[in-house]
Amino acid sequence: MIRSGIERLGGRTIGAIAELGRFARFGGWIVGGFLRPPFRPERIVREAYDSGVLSLAIVCASGLAVGLVLSLQLYNVLVRFGAEESLGAVIGLTLIRELGPVLTGLLVTGRAGSAMAAEIGMMVATEQIDGMRTMAVDPMKFVVVPKAVALTLSMPLLSALFIVAAIFGGYLVGVQLLGLGSGIYFSSLENAVVFRTDVVGSALKALLFGALVALIATFRGFTTGRSTAEVSASTTATVVTGSVCILLADYIFTALWGF
Amino acid sequence: MQSHPARDLVVGLFVLAGISALAYLSTQLGGLSFDGQGGFTLRATFDEIGGLSARSPVVISGVPVGQVVAINLDEDLRAAVELDLEPGLELPVDTSASIRTSGLLGDQFIALEPGGEDELLEAGDILSFTESALNFEKLIGSFVHDAGLGGSE
Repeated sequence: MIRSGIERLGGRTIGAIAELGRFARFGGWIVGGFLRPPFRPERIVREAYDSGVLSLAIVCASGLAVGLVLSLQLYNVLVRFGAEESLGAVIGLTLIRELGPVLTGLLVTGRAGSAMAAEIGMMVATEQIDGMRTMAVDPMKFVVVPKAVALTLSMPLLSALFIVAAIFGGYLVGVQLLGLGSGIYFSSLENAVVFRTDVVGSALKALLFGALVALIATFRGFTTGRSTAEVSASTTATVVTGSVCILLADYIFTALWGF
Repeated sequence: MQSHPARDLVVGLFVLAGISALAYLSTQLGGLSFDGQGGFTLRATFDEIGGLSARSPVVISGVPVGQVVAINLDEDLRAAVELDLEPGLELPVDTSASIRTSGLLGDQFIALEPGGEDELLEAGDILSFTESALNFEKLIGSFVHDAGLGGSE
């Protein structure tokens, strides 16, 4: 009884480490497939439509909502200290350094990452991937790499749009509703944000999260078993692992980048 | 693979929107200025700069005319502040620079007060009349000390 428990624990640990190894090799394949010709820009554009354009509405709407509520909350706290003219700076730095990349990453995981894992998973479950191999089409090159690249490259763009939408939301509440001067809002924003650390760091962060989500989604999809139940399991796993990885990677990146 | 002009166009628009958002963040907010020259550089040394930082505004009579570009220690261990001002400003040589705070807890900025000399400052000149930042802790400390509230002494 005790022995079988210990055996199971050991088996799971070894299984998890092996999974990590497969994940790392899969990441290596994607990078290799991306660097080796033939390049398929038309496939990347098609996938950019799915992961970028279709995420645009949810990202902008969420950004606007976050900006609205952030402004409302912060104004009420700052006004107690007579520091409401710092509203723009607080909103801008919070969004650019943290909330923009992180929330966009979580939204994209839910919107595009899950769809990607489900699509690839269905292709595995319905043996389309095997069919490609039979016809000597490399499924990594034709399916996985364009999807991963498109999602990775879409992330900094989506994150920047999220931040701009949120700054606009903060402007609506802070300036239009609560009556802070528009010049005060934007000048404190402009004075606080530094290009090299804040804006570049924000874009790199978004790129990193995009690569993480793309890797996890394609890996989960590609390693799906051959049944429809497995497809839903890998979709769920993508969202859960992707979200947790983004939050952990966020801490590590922030600590190393030194915001 | 057949081409899809409509979809390609939408993706192109998305990329364009994303890049303009990034450009807005970098140029408008990040202060990566394309005109670059700014123009007219002056230096000023202070004993105490408080919370002054790069990109703090420089004003004359409350009107923004430039910003702080760099803060370093000079050889006398005083703070040497480099100011980037609008080109074409005609400032007399006895112009003074003081570090002020907007509001009690607000951001710090440099206020220039033009003097009365006829001679004008040239680019790269050092402002000799400066007034350091007001340090509230020091102020309160000396007040407590002067009033004899500082405990046993």
